[in-house]
Amino acid sequence: MGMPITHIMTSGMSGIRAAGDLVARMEFSKSMRIGEAKEYVAKKLDVSTLDLSDEYVMREVREDHGIGVITSVAGAPKGIAAKMNIEKLLDIKINSCEMFRNQIA
Amino acid sequence: MTTEYTTRMGDGQRILMTREQILADLKEGMADAADLGEIPDLSEDELDKLVDIIAMPARMVGVEPGKEVPVTHDIGTIRIDGDQGNSGVGIPSSRLVGVMMHERAFGADTMELGHIDYSYKPVKPVISNEQQTMEVCQQNTIIPLLYGAMPNLGLYYTPDGPFQNPGDLMKAFKIDEARASIEGAAKHATRDITWIMKKMMSSGTDGINFDTVGAAGDGDMYASLHAIEALRKEFPHIYIEAGMAGELTLGLHGDLQYDGKVLAGMWPHQQAPVVAKAGANIFGPVVNTNTSRSAAWNLGRAVTFVKAAVKASSIPCHVNMGMGVGGIPMFETPTIDAVSRASKAMVEVAGVDGI
Repeated sequence: MGMPITHIMTSGMSGIRAAGDLVARMEFSKSMRIGEAKEYVAKKLDVSTLDLSDEYVMREVREDHGIGVITSVAGAPKGIAAKMNIEKLLDIKINSCEMFRNQIA
Repeated sequence: MTTEYTTRMGDGQRILMTREQILADLKEGMADAADLGEIPDLSEDELDKLVDIIAMPARMVGVEPGKEVPVTHDIGTIRIDGDQGNSGVGIPSSRLVGVMMHERAFGADTMELGHIDYSYKPVKPVISNEQQTMEVCQQNTIIPLLYGAMPNLGLYYTPDGPFQNPGDLMKAFKIDEARASIEGAAKHATRDITWIMKKMMSSGTDGINFDTVGAAGDGDMYASLHAIEALRKEFPHIYIEAGMAGELTLGLHGDLQYDGKVLAGMWPHQQAPVVAKAGANIFGPVVNTNTSRSAAWNLGRAVTFVKAAVKASSIPCHVNMGMGVGGIPMFETPTIDAVSRASKAMVEVAGVDGI
């Protein structure tokens, strides 16, 4: 258990504490290399690439865009709702959101 | 008096080495990789950087601000509630709780859902349960969540599967029969993985992680590449990560090809292009750890191999850095000093897109 946490602390982008999930989505959805993925996400969020791993900057940015934050904020978008906002922000389709849309009347 | 630095052996044991000894072992490991893979050496600057990383006085080190990369995971939440066989810590919890802990407590960039057996074949009888769990997890998480398991071609051979064990056939000098058995098993594995992932895609998974591709040799890799190709064709937007089992694709069959290239004997920089050609989004190169050599020797070797793979790849490379690969000591609870140094070296010297 300590090994993955060590990698996260040493080299990771801190997930939804910062913008790690967003950069990972661009690597997966468009096969972007790390530099291109960071540039893409930073441009969409109107921040610098350095800001993407900065929890202080990203906390407010994530709240403003409704894309989910690390703490449990009552009434804030979570799960599918947050991912639907990520789809719009990054101009990508997310499979679970597609399934959700297909199931509602 | 010569200054000595605390470092590790490949099995994790604490040792002391001078700066000169560290550099010598780095060069020797690098030369081994360059010779085997017929790939370039590291530069003098890169070797100096590796010495600096290994000799850093802090217990834990980290990448420079701005150089962070996303981290993907194998084994999924089994590391929370699984037993020691999966290096799990045995905390009674659900897989949903495990995924949410990774997202909201550990700061994971991505996560994976996996079956307790962690091979694709045994998922078939419990597919509805896996789909249900994926649906609940997708409703509650934000980070990319893949479904992952091992292709594990070994499960298709007797006594576990329908095909005769190629090892037994080869021992009887039945080479053609052994090859036919591997080819048959590969077709079944491709069929099973594709069927499972069609079901998982209908339950909202972001994609699939092929973990330990090639563990059962070139047939295992052949099956995985064809499953990747089939899934990419049917689901253009599926996220596909393919991580290898070892640094060299073992030629149990010896003549299997993909895209006109023989799979047996491929090193990481040769595996990356075929994985990309099949349709994967992320490639996971592996370099094995030698427990009898120092962490410096292993890191010099691993960084040399992975740097070449990163250069040869057209898709992002997330280097495998579990226990016993990627310059990490072969020990179930690898030390934080060794893991953080190897992690930093892969990002800052090998130039990986993720871990």
